[in-house]
Amino acid sequence: MDWYPLYNSLRIALISSVIVFFSGIFAAYYIAKLPPILKGILDVVLTLPLVLPPTVVGYFLLVLMGPRRPLGAWFLEVFQTRLVMVWYSGVFAAAVVAFPLMYRTARGAFESFDETLAFSGQTLGLSNTYIFWRIRMPACRQGIMAGGVLAFARALGEYGATSMIAGYTPGRTATISTTVYQLWRTDNDALAFRWVVVNVVISAIVLLVVNLLEKREKASRRSSGQMAGRG
Amino acid sequence: MSLYVDIKKDLGSFVLETQFAADGGVTGILGASGCGKSMTLRCIAGIMKPDEGRIELDGKVFFDSVKNINLKPQQRHVGLLFQNYALFPNMTVWQNLMAGLLPYEKDRKRAVESIEAMIGKFCLDGLEKHKPGQLSGGQQQRVALARIFLSKPEILLLDEPFSALDDFLKWKLELELADLLEEFGGSTLFVSHSREEIYRVCDRVCVMDRGKSSPVIPVKQLFEVPRSRAAAVLSGCKNFSRARAAGSRAVYAEDWGVTLEYTGEAPENFRYIGVRSHYIYPVLSKEAPGQKNTFCCDVLRVIEDVFSIVVILQPKGVADLEPKENNGRIRLETTKEVWQDFCRQEGFQNELWVHMGGKDIMVLEGV
Repeated sequence: MDWYPLYNSLRIALISSVIVFFSGIFAAYYIAKLPPILKGILDVVLTLPLVLPPTVVGYFLLVLMGPRRPLGAWFLEVFQTRLVMVWYSGVFAAAVVAFPLMYRTARGAFESFDETLAFSGQTLGLSNTYIFWRIRMPACRQGIMAGGVLAFARALGEYGATSMIAGYTPGRTATISTTVYQLWRTDNDALAFRWVVVNVVISAIVLLVVNLLEKREKASRRSSGQMAGRG
Repeated sequence: MSLYVDIKKDLGSFVLETQFAADGGVTGILGASGCGKSMTLRCIAGIMKPDEGRIELDGKVFFDSVKNINLKPQQRHVGLLFQNYALFPNMTVWQNLMAGLLPYEKDRKRAVESIEAMIGKFCLDGLEKHKPGQLSGGQQQRVALARIFLSKPEILLLDEPFSALDDFLKWKLELELADLLEEFGGSTLFVSHSREEIYRVCDRVCVMDRGKSSPVIPVKQLFEVPRSRAAAVLSGCKNFSRARAAGSRAVYAEDWGVTLEYTGEAPENFRYIGVRSHYIYPVLSKEAPGQKNTFCCDVLRVIEDVFSIVVILQPKGVADLEPKENNGRIRLETTKEVWQDFCRQEGFQNELWVHMGGKDIMVLEGV
């Protein structure tokens, strides 16, 4: 069994979820501060990939990055490399599709943050950087981590946009999900089944991590609640 | 130590327009919930920005819309105690205190010494490793105050410091707080909706009503001679009637249908009179007729309270007067002993003669 699809899937999922992790936090933090109208518009645009069919996302990416399209052509000229039908094309697809999950979870965490904590930090003379990293981020940690894990899971399972922009080339752009489809299409049931098992195992582990995170959060909440009640 | 505030801010449902000066001691800001008290404190601390105006502490300009000055909260050295104390939940008590000291003390050894001293002073020994969630309300308040004291503020702003505590704790903490404020020595602004708290803790008071502040006056003066209806309501007065002049030192109380004489001062354009429930006295019917400021009422309800008796009355003949403030009702409050004694002599009646002393009638401005 050629393990390339597993390697490729994991690398695409990891890279794209790292990108999405930071850009999602950044977007969530700054968009929350914008005036309502602008916030509403950006919110719709950034959440759209969550509800659009992945093939539509793939279409937009091709329109943008295809070798004869503006971004793709410029890239080809400057870096002599294509943006589509290579392994990292999958990163673009996975990042765009997973971004809304990270963005929305992080925004929810930031919105439930008690702003008086930041205010009290400011009146105590603490710098805004200190407040962000030492007070805001720790308070929102659970939500942000859950968002990261969800984004990773979504990136790992990405099929539609990936198949359009990266295609399926064994040993080059094949991922687990595109491999399963190809094997099924070519009547290779047994091998397809093996990849299905691999995929189910990875997804189950990811969900297990999410559950553990949530359970730990609940437990810490419960214990602090009890303490407060006793005091 | 002197704080000068003159700011304007549109809060949507009303405009905050507050102007007052506070020098030394504890100045109270008394107002109903949502009248803009907390917003005023937040503007002074710099975490909210007024639309226009000026804020100045000891000659240092915090905010001036004309000169375009708006200092960051970090530059103002103002200690603001939040209603929920705003302790950092992810840090231990020790780390919280360290956060208060961090911007001002770079020397590690001296920082540890200051924190240890503060822990002793605020009776927080043994709690250093606890998280805020594991502390009682009173302990949280002490940590928050200690953290503020460590940052050596020029002025202390307390936003409803007792609202999150139950009655029993409140009393104990109030005594502790009074000692701490004395030690602090600088000016303190104390915001509260409770007139009792203000009366006990503050030297002077500024009344706020829907964003408008009235001049700062000594606390005693507010409770003895309020000038406006809003101030009288906040000082605990429950009986009001619209009033118009009826000769020199006499008013006609429109909602009660009686003419009353008063001995105090009356504002020029008065609109109301107010009488506290405790200063309305039952009078025996055989002694009543002919007495000044004495009239007959229907008894609507007699309510037994924990330590007192409350009688709800309606002056005779006002049922036809429309429209009426509070339905023209009068609330009389007296001790159980006095009431029992009175009932023994009078027998229970559906009517009751009451007397209002001329010195207890407050003649008030209002809208």
